[in-house]
Amino acid sequence: MKAICWRGKHDVRVEDTPDPKILNPRDAVIRVTSTAICGSDLHLYNGMIPTMKSGDILGHEFMGEVVELGDEVHNLSVGDRVVAPFTIACGACFFCQRDLWSLCDNSNPNAHIAKKLYGHSASGLFGYSHMLGGYAGGQAEYVRIPYADVGPCKVPDHLSDEQVLVLSDILPTGYMAAENCQIEPGDTVAVWGCGPVGQFAIQSARWLGAERVIAIDQVPERLEMARRHTGAETINFAEADVASELDAMTGGMGPDRCIDAVGLESHGESIDAIYDRVKQSVFLATDRIHALRQAIYACRKGGTVSMPGVYGGFLDKVPLGAAFSKGLKFAMGQTHVHRYMQPLLERITGDGNGGGFDPTFLITHRVPLRDAPDAYRMFNEQKGECIKVVLQP
Amino acid sequence: MSTATPNIPTHSVSSHHDALHPAEPAEEGRPRNISRREQQLSKWGGAALLLAGLTRGRASGLVMSLAGGSLLYRGWTGHCHAYGALGINTAGHNDATAVPAQQGVRVDESVTINRGAGELYERWSDLESLPAVMRHLKSVEVLDEQRSRWVAEGPLGQSVDWEAEVINQREPDMISWRSLPGSRVDTAGSVRFTPLGHDRGTVVRVEMKYNPPGGRVGAGIAWMFGAGLEKQLREDLARFKSVMEAGVAPTTAGQPRGA
Repeated sequence: MKAICWRGKHDVRVEDTPDPKILNPRDAVIRVTSTAICGSDLHLYNGMIPTMKSGDILGHEFMGEVVELGDEVHNLSVGDRVVAPFTIACGACFFCQRDLWSLCDNSNPNAHIAKKLYGHSASGLFGYSHMLGGYAGGQAEYVRIPYADVGPCKVPDHLSDEQVLVLSDILPTGYMAAENCQIEPGDTVAVWGCGPVGQFAIQSARWLGAERVIAIDQVPERLEMARRHTGAETINFAEADVASELDAMTGGMGPDRCIDAVGLESHGESIDAIYDRVKQSVFLATDRIHALRQAIYACRKGGTVSMPGVYGGFLDKVPLGAAFSKGLKFAMGQTHVHRYMQPLLERITGDGNGGGFDPTFLITHRVPLRDAPDAYRMFNEQKGECIKVVLQP
Repeated sequence: MSTATPNIPTHSVSSHHDALHPAEPAEEGRPRNISRREQQLSKWGGAALLLAGLTRGRASGLVMSLAGGSLLYRGWTGHCHAYGALGINTAGHNDATAVPAQQGVRVDESVTINRGAGELYERWSDLESLPAVMRHLKSVEVLDEQRSRWVAEGPLGQSVDWEAEVINQREPDMISWRSLPGSRVDTAGSVRFTPLGHDRGTVVRVEMKYNPPGGRVGAGIAWMFGAGLEKQLREDLARFKSVMEAGVAPTTAGQPRGA
């Protein structure tokens, strides 16, 4: 089959690989009909995530048609259309049973590596380094899904791939970011980063009752998208000082809830952002955290900082003093995708008479799988209006 | 639930020697102070290390060569300067009984499994099915109600086997065992199942003591090669947990990747 393989920093290639097969009785193999490049794939593309190996198949946002089932998967049939959660979870451990699916105890065969780095291992992920399981990803013609009896979500035929592909990661991730804020009536929510997760976090904050949402980015097209689709107010950090803008917009209170949908490759031109880049370039720090610092600084006293953006290693100059002094709450982690797929599918389906949520406004590029290397390059350079790239095998 | 320490028997030092290796008269001024088995392992391990060090070059190679050379000396003469300085003498140790006091390697690993103690105890008691779950066990053959024959992958990748007997068993709390005299591996251990209540599963704790072939130096070599018993046990317990909770152990072996 054709698959997108990681070969090193800024080097992904279309390659011929063997087809996946059933390795465990709870596995399924699907023929991928649509897959997407995630913003977090760019962390891999930029060589920010350790324990990648040359030849690894990328991709954790995908959907398709079931072609083969292990003996113990009884809830699916060959031919079913499914979307797979990007987190791999067994459904039976302490964490899965408490709805904390991305913390599954059993799905990472390389848990010992993550344990060394983090103390404990979270769940395995598709196509996202050996530390996180080393599972072959779904930017390919076929992919194997472990624990297929609890993971994949069946989707109705009348919905297109593009309407439901977002259930694999970005829509649940944006939703959980907003849910983690514990939004109260009248709240103002500020969202750093208006990529796909940021856009869906803004939308979800609205669903969960936010009075105002303020979107922060430097790409005019993304800010325009946030204004147009969710009625967000916007701050372009390339043109304005975020802290003083937020201060002015909230009458000096600061936003009640702050969402950092940027993560470890934060951009910015302030002193601390440049300091981060220098340290990172000489390997003294792993993550650039300009957005997180801003969020902590801006957040109202007693507010919440929610972090759906991915962090991988050690953070330098985290203003924990500010966070402590203001009594902030933090919520973070990989998305418990399994928890959100069904309810979010229902939001997309609507009441059956239309009126459901249409997530396709995000998709700016549709390209064949064989053009993935160019798509990665374009997405990474943010040339044009690239927000979401869907690949068709 | 009893909180008593596990019953790990240790044998005191005995001074008998097997027929093939009668006690040799001590070399003048350099008395043999390590056991036969330890001596053999020192010899071969030292030679391997010396060779590896020489072919490696650089500073780390030099260190390996030096360590190898000193092991080789130890293996050749049966005398260990470090043991001499520390007042340790293992020459009189019977190489073929369970773990002597003050000897051997002790490992202690725990894992919390989201299942009841009874179910875990039952699966563990089905000894012959354990190798299907625990990758470092090659086979277990039940000989009678108390005795069983075990074949495992040793810390250096070699195959090791021993006969064990159950010395204590309390359903569903604990099982303890030890190797039988004459086994090639001296080992004793216990597994305990402690339910946590509040729907939090059961702590499975394995304590093992074993006398590696080659005594402390043997364990040292095993450690140097980066694959000690502790790591094996940890991996096997993780797989036991996965199989008991999820029905399968996670794997990526056999999945596609770029050539």
